[in-house]
Order: sequence, then structure tokens, then C-alpha cells
Amino acid sequence: MSLAEGVLRGDVRATAKLISLIENQPEAAVADLQELHPHTGNAHVVGITGSPGVGKSTLVDGLAKRWRKEERRVGIIAVDPNSPFSGGALLGDRVRMQDLATDPGVFIRSMGARGRLGGLARATHNVIRVLDSGGKDVILVETVGVGQSEVDIVQTADTVVVGLVPGMGDDIQTIKAGILETADVFAINKADRPNARGLEMELRTLFGWNQEEEEDRWIPPIEMTVATTGAGMDELKEAICDHWDHLKRTGELQHRRRERYEAELQSVVEDYWRKRFFDYWQREGHWERVVEQVLRKETDPFTAAQQLVVPFLDSEVGG
Amino acid sequence: MAEQPIRVLIAKPGLDGHDRGAKVLARALRDAGMEVVYTGLRQTPEQIAATATQEDVHVVGLSCLSGAHLELFPRVVQLLREQGADDIVVLGGGTIPAEDISALRELGVEEVFTPGTSMHEVVEFVRRRVHL
Ligand SMILES: Nc1nc2c(ncn2[C@@H]2O[C@H](COP(=O)(O)OP(=O)(O)OP(=O)(O)O)[C@@H](O)[C@H]2O)c(=O)[nH]1
Ligand SMILES: [Mg+2]
Repeated sequence: MSLAEGVLRGDVRATAKLISLIENQPEAAVADLQELHPHTGNAHVVGITGSPGVGKSTLVDGLAKRWRKEERRVGIIAVDPNSPFSGGALLGDRVRMQDLATDPGVFIRSMGARGRLGGLARATHNVIRVLDSGGKDVILVETVGVGQSEVDIVQTADTVVVGLVPGMGDDIQTIKAGILETADVFAINKADRPNARGLEMELRTLFGWNQEEEEDRWIPPIEMTVATTGAGMDELKEAICDHWDHLKRTGELQHRRRERYEAELQSVVEDYWRKRFFDYWQREGHWERVVEQVLRKETDPFTAAQQLVVPFLDSEVGG
Repeated sequence: MAEQPIRVLIAKPGLDGHDRGAKVLARALRDAGMEVVYTGLRQTPEQIAATATQEDVHVVGLSCLSGAHLELFPRVVQLLREQGADDIVVLGGGTIPAEDISALRELGVEEVFTPGTSMHEVVEFVRRRVHL
């Protein structure tokens, strides 16, 4: 039985093994991903991002429990940045999700960044594909909103929730530019602390909430939450579901997914050609010789590129 | 691309409320380039086994100071076997009397580290064991 078949039957171990394959040897996972693709598209993918410590994991835990009450199956991907020196990572998000560990309707996976810059977003996208085809109705993706790769990950979500906390005066400034703009829902968490209203006002002015409402224009709602007590969590979940309904009703969902698939197809094609091209020319040290020729000014990069690409396309490998 | 990192789950079964030792070990393994999943205090064997399976770790490190290791550690081994995840290596640590160690080994806990063991020894053991 292939891992993909196991995933489709809801087998936990096969799901976990396929995710490891995606992380360790992405090329070796292709056959399984091909098998799974037709079974994807059902899940609502929700990204949860924000600065370290704003309460993302606690929010994820509370949201997951609310969906579980409705018997929706939940997948959770918790992406943590790595320690840059050793390449290792301490993945601690599950500490806030202990009760979910033994729920058969929940699958949680922690991922380290492993220094793969663009590759992390693609790996995450493929892990989403696995959980989606395995029958998860909602997939929550937690990631710290600090780097470009995090922005890329968040952009693979249908609904992006940005978590903020009051009293971190410069929070709005330090969070990666571009993250705030991708928010579909704001959660002002730790609203038990002073100044939650002040932060709300700041957001409202920043995003021009005073504009007149247009029909079918989504205005990111701002929800006040205390993830540790559950206050405001029902409302946050409702806001996320409202956004999902909005995406489906307006056709925006199809539009976003089309863009995402186009970007994915483009990067897969690029990888495919690049690999074949370099495999072709790196045989017998040819590539090295051309580099030498450029160095000695016997040719230039522009002429050399042309002289490499054209015969490659005419060759059996390229044609 | 770098070689795949070793994945380890550090878990604290039982009711004792001290996780300083477990956290120090988790950091040492991280600094040795491993991906360490940490789940916090007071985990049941069921939670630990389910987590290990979902996270597809190579190794589960159990730390227990409450004295219930003879009951809790083998239970994790047994649950992993039931889930078909018997390729996951189970290691134990904590204040464990010498006479319990061979009993634990017989029940499938591959190695037991007592408070005298250095972090370096544990890191090296995990490396060697996973790359067998
Ligand atoms: N007072 C208060 N504390 C909270 C609230 N939500 C979470 N916390 C606490 O904030 C701390 C961090 O919570 P996490 O959920 O781990 O935050 P996170 O954003 O996932 O953290 P990282 O993954 O490390 O970036 C924990 O001690 C939580 O108990 C809240 O609404 N109010
Ligand atoms: Mg977290």
C-alpha cells in the first residue's frame, strides 16, 4: 500500500511518514502527492501569525476545540523558526495544545525551518495537501510573522488571522511589513491587559475602517480575545467562518486558489527544467569548462548561455 | 541540501512538576542540530505515544522524577507497538534506582540515563542510535 492510500484511509502513521518524506526528500514524495491532488480542495486553510508570544498556539488550541465540538476534523501545522547556528529547533507549540494530542479527529505536526528559505513555504503547502486529502475540514497553520518565508507560508492560507497584543507599543511597527496587509481577521489577544481598546483604535485608523462600506468588500474584523480563558474565542471563530463564506460567495476563493496553483506550477516547472539542464551539462565537466572560458574572456556569460540552452533544447533530454 | 535532522520528542510523564532537567536536555539536543518537540509537564502515556506517532520522531526521551517510571515508561513502549510505531526508540531518564534499569530495558526502554550522565553523552548516544 502506498503512503497516499494510507493517507486517504485516514491512517495516522502513513500521514506522518508522508510528511517526513516531504520534509526530507521532496522528490521522493512526488508520486504520493500526484495521487493525493485530486482529493484536495475541501479544507479551509487558516493561517495564524503574529510576533513571538502573542498567544498563537493558545488561540489555535481554542479554535481547534470549537471546531471539534461541531465534529469538524482539524489539522494543525506549527512552524517554528530554527536556531540559526546549529540548524536544530525547539518545537514547543504543542505545550499549549496538550488536550488535543489524543483526539482522533485532530492531527498536529510541528515543523522546523531547516534553513530552507523558499522551500519551507512549498513544504508547508504540500503538508496542507496531505492533511486536506486525508479528510481534515479545517487546517490551522501557526507561524511567527517575522521573515519573508513566514509571509509566503501565510499566503498559502485561505484566511489569515493576525494576532496582536496590547501594551507592546511598537508591535505594529516590528511585525513584518506585509503581514498586516494580508490580515483577513485581527485578533487582539491578551485583551485582559490594559490598552486593548487603544490598539483597536490604532488598527482602525491604520486600515481606514471609516471608509464607507461597499457591498462584498471584506473589511477585516477586529476581535478581542483572552485565549487562556476562552473569552471572545467563539466570536473569533465566527469571524473566521464568515470570511470563508465570503470567499466562497464572491468567487474570491477560486480566484485565490487559481493564483496559488499558478505560482506553484511555475516554481515546479522552473525546478524541473533547472535540474535537467544542469544534469545535462554537468556531465564530463562540461559546465566547469564553460565557466573557465568565461573567466579567461574566451566567451561571455550571454553568449555561453545561448550556446548551452539551444543545444540542450534540441537534445533528447531537453526536447 | 543538508542531511535530514534527527527528530526527538522530550516528554514528561507523571505528576511531578519539575521540567528544568528536561528543558536543559531539549536545548542540548537542539544545539546539536536536532529538531526537538517539547510537550510540557504531566503527559499521559497515551498523549506521548500519539504525539510521537504524529510527529514521526526517531526517539522519545521520557523524563520522570515521581517514581512511577516502572509503570509509565513501558506503557509508552507498549502503546507505540500497538500503533505500529515500534521503530521509535524509547529512552528514559530521571532519578531511577539501579535495580529498575534492567527491568526497564527488558520492557523495551533501550537506555536509561541517570542524573550523573552528561548532556554530551546523551547527544552522542542519540546520534549513534539513530544512524545505526
Ligand atoms: N494573560 C494572557 N496570557 C495569555 C493569553 N493567551 C496566551 N497567553 C499566555 O501567553 C504565553 C504565550 O502563549 P503561546 O500561545 O505559547 O504564544 P505563541 O504566540 O504561540 O508563542 P510562540 O509560538 O513562542 O511565538 C503563554 O504563557 C500563554 O499562557 C491571554 O489571552 N491572556
Ligand atoms: Mg506558538
